Amino acid sequence: MAKIKSTGAKALLESLRREGVEIIFGYPGGAVIPLYDEIYHCDFLQHVLVRHEQGGGHMAEGYSHATGKVGVCIGTSGPGATNLVTAICDAMMDSIPMVAITGQVRTEVIGKDAFQEADITGITMPITKHNWLVKDVNDLPRVMHEAFHIARSGRPGPVLVDVPVDVFRAIVEYDPDEVQNIEISSFKSDFKVHKVQVKRAAELIAQAKKPVLYVGGGAKAAGAEHLVQALAHKTGFPVTTTLHGLGTFPENDPLSLGMLGMHGTAYANLAVEHCDLLIAIGARFDDRVTGKVSAFAQNAKVIHFDIDPGEINKVRRADVSIVGNCAEALEALLPLVDETQDISEWRAQLDAWRSDMPLEFNDGAQDGTLHAEWVIREIARLTDRNVVVTTDVGQHQMWAAQHFGMRSPRQFITSGGLGTMGFGLPAAIGASFGVGPDKDVWCISGDGSFQMCIQELIVATIYKLPVKIAILNNTFLGMVRQWQEMFWQKHYSSVDMERAPDFVLVAEAYGMLGLRCDNVADVEATIRKAMETEGPVLMDFRVVKETNVYPMIPSGQTVGDMIVRKPQQIEEPESTCHYQPRDTRMPVVDEVVDVAR
Amino acid sequence: MATAIAAQTHTITVLVDNRPGVLARVSGLFARRGYNIESLTVSITDNPNMSRMTIVVAGDADTLEQITKQLHKLIDVHKVFDYLDTPMLERELVLLKVQSEPERRAEILQLVEIFRGKVVDIADRAMVIEVTGGGDKIDSFEKQMEPFGIRELVRTGRIAMMRGSRTV
Repeated sequence: MAKIKSTGAKALLESLRREGVEIIFGYPGGAVIPLYDEIYHCDFLQHVLVRHEQGGGHMAEGYSHATGKVGVCIGTSGPGATNLVTAICDAMMDSIPMVAITGQVRTEVIGKDAFQEADITGITMPITKHNWLVKDVNDLPRVMHEAFHIARSGRPGPVLVDVPVDVFRAIVEYDPDEVQNIEISSFKSDFKVHKVQVKRAAELIAQAKKPVLYVGGGAKAAGAEHLVQALAHKTGFPVTTTLHGLGTFPENDPLSLGMLGMHGTAYANLAVEHCDLLIAIGARFDDRVTGKVSAFAQNAKVIHFDIDPGEINKVRRADVSIVGNCAEALEALLPLVDETQDISEWRAQLDAWRSDMPLEFNDGAQDGTLHAEWVIREIARLTDRNVVVTTDVGQHQMWAAQHFGMRSPRQFITSGGLGTMGFGLPAAIGASFGVGPDKDVWCISGDGSFQMCIQELIVATIYKLPVKIAILNNTFLGMVRQWQEMFWQKHYSSVDMERAPDFVLVAEAYGMLGLRCDNVADVEATIRKAMETEGPVLMDFRVVKETNVYPMIPSGQTVGDMIVRKPQQIEEPESTCHYQPRDTRMPVVDEVVDVAR
Repeated sequence: MATAIAAQTHTITVLVDNRPGVLARVSGLFARRGYNIESLTVSITDNPNMSRMTIVVAGDADTLEQITKQLHKLIDVHKVFDYLDTPMLERELVLLKVQSEPERRAEILQLVEIFRGKVVDIADRAMVIEVTGGGDKIDSFEKQMEPFGIRELVRTGRIAMMRGSRTV
């Protein structure tokens, strides 16, 4: 094709069109006005005006989580760009493909501390796969395609393109077909699966007496869920998943052990503790999974499938490592495994653990109390689990992971690696744009997290998105409170959220239906009402205040230290406040002397 | 002490794009992952689009494996080479300004001769000496100069190349 002539801004939009982008989440500002002028005239792109750039970033993430496509977000220079930082870091930790586009001050004033200048490429260097400051408009079209290529190739992740305002306005003459042919010789992402390694894996599998499949987000990213299921069913091996692996293996399958790790099921953790072969598929031995690494799956050989060579031997040395797309690897492995392998003894042991230590929950039938776990189980039951679920971060997140019972990949969207409070609502909005109006997206949130990105409610209202927000309101920063209760002598320092806005009134102020439920008898009616109502609904579930997430393996400890349920308290220590306000206006004489010495 | 560290250091050659910000990406990676840099040099190469870094790192074999893999993930990095199984040449250059009272000059010059160094500048009471060689040689030259009084010292950090006809 012949060369075309356009502004940098228009060339940028052309690259988005060619990359198949249909929706972008952004917020304008001085440095991106030329880009927004092109968006104004653009007919193929939906632009969602967010209310805070962080929200826009999380929407792009939620969209990407739900669809597997690259999420795109825009912020202006300076604060607009820095507000995106949390979302970019979140995407990095959870391997979410995302392209962040930021405006920058004019090239001639870069480095002069200009108004709304921030060195965003410097700031995001450690939290992007790569980033660019495009000072020459002739580079812009090529860089945009490189950005998408890098974001989605290999292990996905975020990239950032920083464009000075004058580059948006400058004229570029280029061949749009030519710039789309990406060749980055220093970027390798298509690792070929090593056949010999696959054979060695099959040999280890054949010898295993007590195997466990440990499946992470990489299996979902590779679209390998059917192959994971085929492998499990062919071998009869049990499957435990990480937080991001949830749904990759349906939890109603008899082989499912649920989630492992700090708040995983007791039987999943015991299985890993005692296994003799751990088959990690797209999982990275995160510290919330392993606890104390030296004690993790001590007697097991490890087969590690990962697309990122950097993950192999990073935390746990693998006996066999298979680098590459795990769908490709599993396809090669499947014909080599035997369906007649006898692990019945091991399966019997797992069943015993499962019946001895099931996940516990309180349905309130005895004492009439309303528990967060019960609300989650009721949401799952009443929606027939045919919804997308997003969460924020904290107790409610772990309860959702434990009790919802995921059925399909990309059903459960959460901030795993970074643990970003405020993720849930914007991620639900982004996911809803991704899956369309016919599928409800449930945002399971907490009263603390929810207030961190509360401003995005208006976006759900404007677009009439079927986003159903269930705040599991225990008037505490529950997870911190749980740690303070368990490990810090109940010193409830700065976790009391009793003074909060009336969430029902907040919902109404933002133009959506708000429902309050403080009684276990009303849970079903509340959920049904939310399901029947078109568009967004906010539910404020007033749940029991001081309950803990169990089982729990305290940070950095071992399965042997697992606390399966709340210990029977004989005598509780009083909750006391040791803080003595001191008059800081005058120095204490002794201290002054001390310093002088 | 010096030998204990030397036993655990590795030399890595990294070929990177000759672009602004690349040094920051590489050094930032080392900082955030907690890898210790003993020395780092950057220079141009025969290819104008490429720079060559020589990095000396402290750490065991596992750390070296991780460093190599993480470096490969940087888009600007084309090649990472550790000299684990390869005979190599290592060189470093030092400029050392030593106190040189007229009556001790001969003694200093003798040592410079032994180390095959060069006097590159001389003043009434000081001279600047240039010595090249492996790190050990430079260390010991420094030690020999100490009694005279080292006024100032600068070392380039290590550069390395494979022996034989192979290239990185």
